[in-house]
Amino acid sequence: MAAGISTAHSVVEPSPLVRRIAGAVVILYALITIVPLIWIGLTSLKSPPDSISYPPKILFEPTLEGYCNLFTTRSRQTAEYLQGLPAASGRCEEIARQRSMVVVGASNFVPRFWNSVIIAFGSTFCAVTLGTLAAYGFSRFKVPLKDDLLFFILSTRMMPPIAVAIPIFLMYRELGLSDTKLGMILLYTSVNVSLAVWLLKGFIDEIPREYEEAAMIDGYSRLQAFVKVVLPQATTGIAATAIFCLIFAWNEYAFAVLLTSGTAQTAPPFIPIIIGEGGQDWPAVAAATTLFLIPIVAFTILLRKHLLRGITFGAVRK
Amino acid sequence: MAEIRVEHLRKAFESFVAVEDSTFTVADGEFFVMLGPSGCGKTTTLRMIAGLELPTSGTILLGGEDVTFKRARERDIAFVFQLFALYPHMNVRANIAFPLKCEGLPGAEIGARVEEAARILRISHLLDRSVSGLSSGDRQRVALGRSIVRKPLAFLMDEPLGALDTELREAMIHELRALHDRLGATTVYVTHDQLEAMAMADKIAVMNRGIIEQFGAPRDIYDRPASLFVADFIGQPSMNLIDFRASLAPGASELALGGARVAMPELRMGCPERDLVLGVRPEGVRLDDASPLRGEVFGAEYLGTTQIVTVTTAHGAVRARLPASLKVNAGEPVGLSFRPEKLSIFDRASGRALPSALHDIPYAPRPSSIKHAGGLHG
Ligand SMILES: Nc1ncnc2c1ncn2[C@@H]1O[C@H](COP(=O)(O)OP(=O)(O)O)[C@@H](O)[C@H]1O
Ligand SMILES: [Mg+2]
Repeated sequence: MAAGISTAHSVVEPSPLVRRIAGAVVILYALITIVPLIWIGLTSLKSPPDSISYPPKILFEPTLEGYCNLFTTRSRQTAEYLQGLPAASGRCEEIARQRSMVVVGASNFVPRFWNSVIIAFGSTFCAVTLGTLAAYGFSRFKVPLKDDLLFFILSTRMMPPIAVAIPIFLMYRELGLSDTKLGMILLYTSVNVSLAVWLLKGFIDEIPREYEEAAMIDGYSRLQAFVKVVLPQATTGIAATAIFCLIFAWNEYAFAVLLTSGTAQTAPPFIPIIIGEGGQDWPAVAAATTLFLIPIVAFTILLRKHLLRGITFGAVRK
Repeated sequence: MAEIRVEHLRKAFESFVAVEDSTFTVADGEFFVMLGPSGCGKTTTLRMIAGLELPTSGTILLGGEDVTFKRARERDIAFVFQLFALYPHMNVRANIAFPLKCEGLPGAEIGARVEEAARILRISHLLDRSVSGLSSGDRQRVALGRSIVRKPLAFLMDEPLGALDTELREAMIHELRALHDRLGATTVYVTHDQLEAMAMADKIAVMNRGIIEQFGAPRDIYDRPASLFVADFIGQPSMNLIDFRASLAPGASELALGGARVAMPELRMGCPERDLVLGVRPEGVRLDDASPLRGEVFGAEYLGTTQIVTVTTAHGAVRARLPASLKVNAGEPVGLSFRPEKLSIFDRASGRALPSALHDIPYAPRPSSIKHAGGLHG
């Protein structure tokens, strides 16, 4: 924490037995969490018959069929028609031909995935930006009715957001925000900003005011002091908050189903649609799920340095 | 460099008054110390001078200019915080350069001034280190570096040595005073430690509960405390305070303590019969077998060259600072006498000292206060 303040926590060293038990619990938990993910990854590489075979196949011949089916739309053709076609160009066309189909175009997966990226990252950016400014204000200034306002902000998270789905649906239809990326960004921002304010206020409260005061005495304005002195020290909190916001916005399903159907549809409501198209195409669903996991995993790994400290909510300081 | 004038400064936090009607002047180039127990309003006063807190009423003049309601950054002062407030995300060089970056100076000049400040504080070898790995003494120097690099009108320091261990603290006391003598900059220094105050100050203001009890040179505060609070707060051990009741005429130079007559500095003002307090420092107490003021040795605390002997008397315990070589035994009956020229008389009700011959002598200026010409600010 602050240079000059030593906050060495004295921690009792756990005994070897306790360590071993703790280690076993962590490994067990990791297995329980990771096995389904590995299963999804494996399924995405299976052929449709392999994916539903019983008993489940651990060893199988990997194929890109699931990914091809995810990215393309295909149509079934008669054998005569297929015979008349020139040789297949590309892996996916080849796989389709084996199933008596031809690729007729790209699927909606890429645009839907892209919508998810824009909406989730956009709303995370807005929520964290607004949250940081609001948290700084609440932390440093005398705000009239501060406690009531903070409670109000928190209270917006007390009911499940979907409880207000109908009013929001009607409101969005009136305002022309239905099925728009802007609408979804605004919605997810407003849900996340309360979490962001509360989390960040905790982090900013822990940054001694003296830092800004020193900067202001040295000739900087409050805004400059905020940017140059407070923000760099709040990065841990900002990173942790951003991940929480991103995970919510990325995974959100209910509002996405209700409010998006076409141009702004995100990946979560799109993935179940795949199941319906031409039989239960589990490898394609698994492929979509696998790809869907990647951005959040990448973002988390990118910020992991901050997270370890951030997620403990200031309990362990540098 | 500039004179700081504080007039009728008052600060209330809701109903709690942290600083009450504070008035003092810090002359240009003076080392001024605000001394008082924790919570007496020292930091609040300093923060008002810095512009980090707005006074409830009163005026602050910096170099003759009214800055009471000016922003901190418009005041051109430097502040050394109690816990240094070094920016942990910057290295030592960037920390010291930070105030200069704001002025938009060319990089070469910033570099040169940072080097110069580092040289003065002997931290040149640390410039490229991260601040988080520094010892507290070095952090202290970096914090000082950040304040001297800018050549401000005045330095404000809030218990800057509070976080250091005793040994380092003593070394830093001398360094700080030497630095002040070299730069000659007006300094307001806040501490609760009387040794720091005594060792460094040109002038001291002793504060208690938001009120300045006494303003004066260190010698003045020690030798003729203006109030019971100052008498009790200053000195280790503190002044012996002996309650008695009497009426004193103007010009009186003797008082009666039980059956004993005690000589004192001639009073300039008398008072009708009331509760009074006789104040005498332990070094003003002597063992004197002929004295009618009797007591019994309770114990002795050995301090190397001297010892503090506690004697129980009919008027309470009296501590005497005596040579360590003197042999005293617990339970031994002794007589006590006081050196008359160092006695103070206080009014118990108001707590103020009665004016006497003690107050005739003008302020003793600080002997070591030699201002060097030139230096960083020359
Ligand atoms: N922002 C504030 N709000 C309310 N009370 C305060 C505030 N700042 C200081 N005080 C109170 O004012 C008194 C003086 O504080 P301070 O100036 O920090 O004392 P010192 O520095 O002499 O220890 C203390 O009792 C403190 O609790
Ligand atoms: Mg203080």
